[in-house]
Amino acid sequence: MRFPDLFRFAWQVLAGHRARTALILLAMGIGVAAVVTVSAIGEGARRYVVEQFGSLGTNLVIILPGRSETAGAMPGVLVGKTPRELTLDDALALKRSPAVLRFAPLIVGAGDVRLGSRNRETPVLGTTAEFIQVRQMDLARGVFLPAGDPRHSQPVCVIGATVAAELFGAQPALGQWLRIGDRRFRVIGVLARQGESLGFNTDEIVIIPLAAAQALFNTEALFRVLIEAKSRERVPEATADIEEIIRLRHEGERDITVITQDAVLETFDRILRALTLAVGGIAAISLAVAGILIMNVMLISVTQRRKEIGLLKAIGATGAQVRAIFFTEAIILALGAAALGLFVGKLGELAIGQAFPLIPFAAPWWALVAASLTAVITSVLFTVAPARRAAALDPVVALSRR
Amino acid sequence: MIRLTGIARVFRVGDEEVHALRGINLAIEQGEYLSIMGPSGSGKSTLLNVLGLLDRPNAGRYELNGRDVTHLSDDELARVRRETIGFIFQSFHLVPRLTAGQNIELPMVLAGLAPAERRRRLDRLLADYGLTARADHRPAQLSGGQCQRVAIARAMAMGPTLILADEPTGNLDRHTGQEVMAVLERVHQDGGTVAVVTHDPEIGARARRRLRLIDGEIAEDKR
Repeated sequence: MRFPDLFRFAWQVLAGHRARTALILLAMGIGVAAVVTVSAIGEGARRYVVEQFGSLGTNLVIILPGRSETAGAMPGVLVGKTPRELTLDDALALKRSPAVLRFAPLIVGAGDVRLGSRNRETPVLGTTAEFIQVRQMDLARGVFLPAGDPRHSQPVCVIGATVAAELFGAQPALGQWLRIGDRRFRVIGVLARQGESLGFNTDEIVIIPLAAAQALFNTEALFRVLIEAKSRERVPEATADIEEIIRLRHEGERDITVITQDAVLETFDRILRALTLAVGGIAAISLAVAGILIMNVMLISVTQRRKEIGLLKAIGATGAQVRAIFFTEAIILALGAAALGLFVGKLGELAIGQAFPLIPFAAPWWALVAASLTAVITSVLFTVAPARRAAALDPVVALSRR
Repeated sequence: MIRLTGIARVFRVGDEEVHALRGINLAIEQGEYLSIMGPSGSGKSTLLNVLGLLDRPNAGRYELNGRDVTHLSDDELARVRRETIGFIFQSFHLVPRLTAGQNIELPMVLAGLAPAERRRRLDRLLADYGLTARADHRPAQLSGGQCQRVAIARAMAMGPTLILADEPTGNLDRHTGQEVMAVLERVHQDGGTVAVVTHDPEIGARARRRLRLIDGEIAEDKR
């Protein structure tokens, strides 16, 4: 039997049973549409997070004291024991790497910020002038911390937009003095409003010179060192250099953790991709249900078409040809349902996109392919039993008047 | 052309064994026209099904065109049916959703003939059986006689050497039945071997050779 004839034959069957065909198309189409829409949501979430990370700066390398592997913690959540502190001298030594463009050591603590009778507890960051470039932040007003020897400091600070609004209200903050702990700082800059970036709201921080923070929190230990590599391509080189420099300074111990943005991104990427796969897989279960419907309908169809099948065999159809007829029907149905489902799924994606314009919903290509393939495969698998039953029909029995 | 030796067919109905055919010995020559008659349950339809390779005998040997077809596989049997045997049924067995032309074309489609060749043969068959004007009608729009003519044309599509008809006039009035028999006899005159199972003595009497089956045995073989 030639393929166009097979196709036409199956097509005539489907066209002859409109209600049955529509029902299967609907059931399978819903399954495919569900996979497309759900994976679009998952992929949207993934891209949203990835973009958020991207806003950190593209060539960023972060050093943490302690080695995460030895602590057995998950990647990304880094809580290692710290055998040796990471110091400012360590950070300054990083300048030796040719791949390092600039770096910013970081001390973080909670500080009581007071202005007259107003009092507010905020995260206080101690860092150097280069921080604003490394983190790619903008100033709304004033200037950032002055450059100079990080071991000495001036009593100045830069405050986040929310802090400025809450402490000073409508009055100008620049040039005012405020008190953090038992020290006084003059406000020289206000950060532009950026909103939340990965759970850390830069609108609510106060930034002071590193040496001041060391004194304020009475510690030499750095919380992080942020490093900007000269280019994205040189990030691996910078990472290797950093590990080597710190290892030499720490008497051969590898007691820091270096995370590159790519690594963090990759982790989140992996997690969210797995999540998308999982929810897509759950949606695909509805396809299996549709497959059972197909089997049911096909079995009924075999019974209804007994005479026709008997006739086909009497006029010379082999078992393989009878099976091929049923499989062709199943595949046409699945492809039709896939087309319908992809279309409806895309509409769903657009609708959700309208509701949440911030998140870039888009079903990934592999979800579209997988949904269509799953539809075809389940459809074929669930047609195996009916097709075999049809092919095994005894023509004499099938043709008899019973 | 056909040689049956000791053909037996036994059906099991519950605990009982029904002997539909008991040791049939029969030789049919190329170009013969024979009728098979007998009371209900005498095994005439079973004999036709065995001749048409739709049913396998439990014992005996069947030679068709010098080839032993007793132990062929199902698919080989299907191929032999397609190439050499044409079936005509009492209730026509046309596919209702296909047009008359498509029904006639069906064996050629199953055989995988090229569309151009099919078209050529179809046009001739339609002309031969007076169906050219009805080619695009569905079976529901055709009269009984027309349906049976479509069925005969379908049976002839692959140029079979053996035509088997099971009560071909059973669902037709007398006049239409005569017409259909005339068509079948034309097939015979063109050199085909025709075997007709029938209840109707008048139809049966038209054949040159007349078999009479009783209880699964050939009781009479008149020429």
